[in-house]
Amino acid sequence: MGFTTLTSTAVPLPIENIDTDQIIPARFLKATTREGFGDNLFRDWRYDSNDQPKADFVLNDDTYSGKVLVAGKNFGCGSSREHAAWAIKDFGFAVVVSSFFADIFKGNSLNNGLLPVQVTDTFLNEMLETIESNPEAKITVNLETEKITNESTGKSESFEINAYKKMCLIKGYDDIDYIISGKESIEAFESKRVVF
Amino acid sequence: MAGKTLFEKVWESHVVSSKPEYPEVLYIDRHYIHEVTSPQAFDGLRRRGLPVLRPTQTTATADHNVPTINQHLPIKEELSRFQVQKLRENCEEFGVELYDLGHEKQGIVHVIGPDLGLTQPGMTMVCGDSHTSTHGAFGSIAFGIGTSQVEQVLATQCLLQYRPKTMRIEVNGTLGKGVGAKDIILYIITQLSAAGGTGYFIEYAGSAITSLSMEARMTICNMSIEMGARGGMIAPDETTFDYLKGREFAPKGENWDKAVAYWKSLPTDADAEYDRVEKFNAEDIEPWITYGTNPGMGMGVTQSIPDIAVNGTSKDMTKALTYMGLDPNQALQGKKIDYVFIGSCTNSRIEDLREVADFVKGKKKADGVNVWIVPGSKGVEAQAMEEGLDKVFVAAGFELRQPGCSACLGMNEDKVPAGKYCVSTSNRNFEGRQGPGARTFLVSPLMAAAAAVTGEITDIREMIA
Repeated sequence: MGFTTLTSTAVPLPIENIDTDQIIPARFLKATTREGFGDNLFRDWRYDSNDQPKADFVLNDDTYSGKVLVAGKNFGCGSSREHAAWAIKDFGFAVVVSSFFADIFKGNSLNNGLLPVQVTDTFLNEMLETIESNPEAKITVNLETEKITNESTGKSESFEINAYKKMCLIKGYDDIDYIISGKESIEAFESKRVVF
Repeated sequence: MAGKTLFEKVWESHVVSSKPEYPEVLYIDRHYIHEVTSPQAFDGLRRRGLPVLRPTQTTATADHNVPTINQHLPIKEELSRFQVQKLRENCEEFGVELYDLGHEKQGIVHVIGPDLGLTQPGMTMVCGDSHTSTHGAFGSIAFGIGTSQVEQVLATQCLLQYRPKTMRIEVNGTLGKGVGAKDIILYIITQLSAAGGTGYFIEYAGSAITSLSMEARMTICNMSIEMGARGGMIAPDETTFDYLKGREFAPKGENWDKAVAYWKSLPTDADAEYDRVEKFNAEDIEPWITYGTNPGMGMGVTQSIPDIAVNGTSKDMTKALTYMGLDPNQALQGKKIDYVFIGSCTNSRIEDLREVADFVKGKKKADGVNVWIVPGSKGVEAQAMEEGLDKVFVAAGFELRQPGCSACLGMNEDKVPAGKYCVSTSNRNFEGRQGPGARTFLVSPLMAAAAAVTGEITDIREMIA
């Protein structure tokens, strides 16, 4: 996707342990393509049982918008459904900020050009306060320098992303291309592999 | 040099290539797929013009969105029907074996793999489903992956992975009456929290673990993901070998002896080191139940809901209890319930059904409670019938349904209505997991059976000798 730096307003979701069943409930996993999941992002928090938007949910609140979702710790726990990453991306987010991510979700995001940015609890809480007091506040995420900045306070923090995935994100490179480029080593491995 | 852990031995024997700062290329022995997380992966192969590299190492089944009654009829729900149809077409086109709806080997992917002997010690195994950790019970490295990775494995039989840290969880001692594998794992998750295992691959050990049957070990490993761990594993031993011997895809004859000799080399060396070690006493574990909306929000059945969250902040606790319609300091014993679900990849094996049948024999379910019992596979269903368990369930007023994921995940027709309480042997109590607004209490099969009979949350120990 070739993303290196992004400056945007953000949407606050200060809830911990947001599992992938909340991000996209199982009953919406029936599509056989990757598109359109954004419509059902946070479905049961966003809409009531009559499919009417719930006014108190942040995605229904015009005050907040932007390409950055800022959420409580242990974001994306539970089911391995990649549809969660697809839904967030499809809705229009490019970055999710949290103080802790579940493993599978983190991997799925990186495989879809959705950047998970892990920050400290202190930085996260301050960022949430900033956004809630000023919805126009901007956040800058620089993938190249691995730095996130709260533009209102001027405070920055480094985040980590492994060198391989960083290269993939910047160049739009893909895991399968990479593995296939070493196909001889797979065949060599198989020739020595013991099968009972 | 220190010895190696079970995890290290299996992992290192599957590294195809590695280079500094890059993830390792890990060879995958066995790949399971199902209808929900595979269609976009097959589409990806088509887009790239690639075949499935090793089609015989992938096995497919339909489990997540299949109905659990009238499986001989076309699936009523259009999108589900289409997804299962898509799986058929993809398996046909790419040469992958499919145990389709109606096939004698169909069932929940994590039930059929072990049942058929496809899951074996020392293997690497993946599936687009987080409960793939189940297969670790055999001493294999098994974990859930996303759809892009399903495509990766189909295309290359390999997966790019960074090596996780290792954690040993020991449970020593003797379990009390009425306490089983499900209670052990729910207890551990409550102690370590829903995120406590993130970044780790767990090995379960200790006398309370090694004394368990294979079915019970699968229940433990199954829920490793509920504390954020990628997987959990248990060293293979005689219990493992006895379970596998003679199963359809298990090694035979001379190969069997060679395999067992190799499997015996896998357990962790005495001088191996882990990144983290946690120890628990079996005597501290009572029948366990969750009260909140993640599996770490649990307590002993005789306890009361804490005032503040054991995990997460009190704001999360308030949100969870509001959803559940419960209060801090409330005891759950005696709480009226509406549904009981006995099934899922956590607890739908023949041993679970036998245990439930043994308890409910001669008893009846409480009025006004719906009880669904859903075998994990066609194989389990056939075995249950052969043993006459179906008659016990029917006599007790339980509804014996056909194999599938059923009410574990609110994706097929089996859903718990909004606001209703369901005592469930499944693995997740997330908001809406069993249907929009449904309220889940996670428990063991015996605790579920007790609730079915009394119509309220009950300490199983008061009902057994």
